[in-house]
Amino acid sequence: MRVIEKREVYSRRTVLRGGAAVTAGVVAMSVGAGGVFGPGRAWAVDAKNLKPETMQTLIQMARDIYPHDRLADKYYAVAVQGYDTQAGKDAALKATIENEVTTLDGIAAAKYGRRYVEVGWEADRVALLREIAGGAFFEKIRGGLVVGLYNQPEVWERLGYEGPSADKGGYLERGFDDLDWL
Amino acid sequence: MTAPYDLNDDGVVVVIGSGAGGGTLAPELALKGIDTVLLEAGPRYDIGDFVNDEWKAFGMTAWLDMRTTSGTWRVARDFPNLPAWIVKAVGGSTVHWAGASLRLQEHEFKDRTVYGDIPGANLMDWPITLKDLEPYYAKAEDKMGVTRTNGIPGLPGNNNFKIMKAGADKLGYKTCHTGRMAINSEPRDDRAACQQTGFCFQGCKFGAKWSTLYSNIPKGEATSKLEVRPNAQVVKIEHDEAGKVTGVVYGDKDGNLHRQKARVVAVAGNSIESPRLLLNSQSSKYPDGLANSSGQVGRNYMRHMTGSVYALFDKPVNMYRGTTMAGIISDESKNDPSRGFVGGYEMETLSLGLPFMAAFLDPGSWGREFASALDMYDHMAGMWLVGEDMPQATNAVTLHPTEKDKFGMPIPNVNFDDHPNDIAMRNHAHRQGSALYDAVGAVRTFPTPPYPSTHNLGTNRMSEKPRDGVVNKWGQTHDIGNLFVSDGSQFTTGASENPTLTIVTLALRQADYIADQMNKGKI
Repeated sequence: MRVIEKREVYSRRTVLRGGAAVTAGVVAMSVGAGGVFGPGRAWAVDAKNLKPETMQTLIQMARDIYPHDRLADKYYAVAVQGYDTQAGKDAALKATIENEVTTLDGIAAAKYGRRYVEVGWEADRVALLREIAGGAFFEKIRGGLVVGLYNQPEVWERLGYEGPSADKGGYLERGFDDLDWL
Repeated sequence: MTAPYDLNDDGVVVVIGSGAGGGTLAPELALKGIDTVLLEAGPRYDIGDFVNDEWKAFGMTAWLDMRTTSGTWRVARDFPNLPAWIVKAVGGSTVHWAGASLRLQEHEFKDRTVYGDIPGANLMDWPITLKDLEPYYAKAEDKMGVTRTNGIPGLPGNNNFKIMKAGADKLGYKTCHTGRMAINSEPRDDRAACQQTGFCFQGCKFGAKWSTLYSNIPKGEATSKLEVRPNAQVVKIEHDEAGKVTGVVYGDKDGNLHRQKARVVAVAGNSIESPRLLLNSQSSKYPDGLANSSGQVGRNYMRHMTGSVYALFDKPVNMYRGTTMAGIISDESKNDPSRGFVGGYEMETLSLGLPFMAAFLDPGSWGREFASALDMYDHMAGMWLVGEDMPQATNAVTLHPTEKDKFGMPIPNVNFDDHPNDIAMRNHAHRQGSALYDAVGAVRTFPTPPYPSTHNLGTNRMSEKPRDGVVNKWGQTHDIGNLFVSDGSQFTTGASENPTLTIVTLALRQADYIADQMNKGKI
């Protein structure tokens, strides 16, 4: 049967274009003036209205809420990048995000003596998230991710969903009934 | 006279809503030579506008006007302002329906007699029988091109169906096949055959699936006796001193109100909007709303016992390829109280794309347990469970006491509690669905909770006696001779089958009745 390649495939073209061939997790994302950056600056998201550290925390929260090991950080960065823009237009939202991230970091500091993003194990970070889960801020971030993360066509591919088919004539000749292992 | 019709033309039949009920009734009347105006709250798209994109299609076609919910049903928690997932566009929910076209069973017209007195359930027999509907079922199946009727072959089974069929065989189920579907398995009625796109819910790009939008309505318009007015949301039905309805007031897309006079009005706005409109049409003569002398308008809201089971396998399935509802098992749709509940349920394959799976698999959940399920999306199979739920007087659509829409009309609130029979049936269905997948080697199963309601029924129920319900056996309101209800809100009880075929059947039958009554000068 026709199966979907779920791994990130690096063609020569993509390497030449952006030097994007960096494996997630080898080098952590970094914060700098006005943004958060992927390893080797393979990707960047703006932090013009929110603090770069706050944006970094949102990205890490996104991964910890919906952790997919085959998704690089850039997909999580894309999923939350809109908050920086929104914070530029909505002072109340900006204050809420900054305050809530400060609260989360405060819980992390009390327990581990470091910022949320610097807590090493996912299970420990998730335990911190459970302390704010169900609250309005956590639910806003989580609810936003349902669309912000899972509606990215690149994410569809990574998780094995092919998306639109009508422009290709449907699946009639492309494996709608090719299951052969029963 | 030809369409379009004048607002002051009081000889027209006004049909409100263009889905399975109204979108069948209005063209049928036009074909009989009756001047008909079809008012649709939403816009008019055509097939070229449809997109293979779940959220985009949802934003385009779903009814997203503000609604509220109450009661203990999980939808009120997960989707407090989206009690129902239905379409606001010409064609109504026939734009996004899956296509399953099953006749109700004989005993499902006689619930009170067959099931007896179920505490808390407002059960009643329909004033009609299966025999009354059989000729019209046959007509509906022919018009809609239902597979496995009229010599039309069944659709080919996709990967999701193959899993279901293998599990059904292991469990000893006898009635598993690719369904009776209003989806062309071969070209018919100037529509193409199914290309297995996998986007039935987003509007069929090939027109292979029957929809009033491109099947019935253009045929009506070709007679010059039907005018379709999109973006026309009716806010009030008006009447004269004698109590007969005289026309409707509707708002257009710019917020302006218009009054269309009418000889007859037929309401087909789905089971939330139809009672909302009748309730909002209250007057000094009808202080509780139109056609509501029984007090039953808005009550007995049913949404089918629903749930899903998704399962992961160690090998790929790619369930999203092909017909969304690609197979059915009817073994559990019998009435067998020894299972611990009355009524039955159908098991039907269902696939959601990744975006909707993320939203509906287990709303609100997060963490590795949830994400690891989506990691295996391409290894997932799924089925929807749809069964008869109990009508209850307190499950009701009411007018919100304070909140209003842009036309100043109170928004609807939908209150719903599961009946103990519904819960027992859902538990049984979740168990059987999981057992079916386990029998094929599932490594993990998910008993998924109900989605926002797609089958909305019962809020203007049909009854023999005027004191028990809103409409008679023709869908004519007991109280007002020239006011009809033409959608699923007529259903006395919900039955276990997907309701569209029965809604179309009732509309075809009602068209004959309305024409006859008009000819005789009775309405």
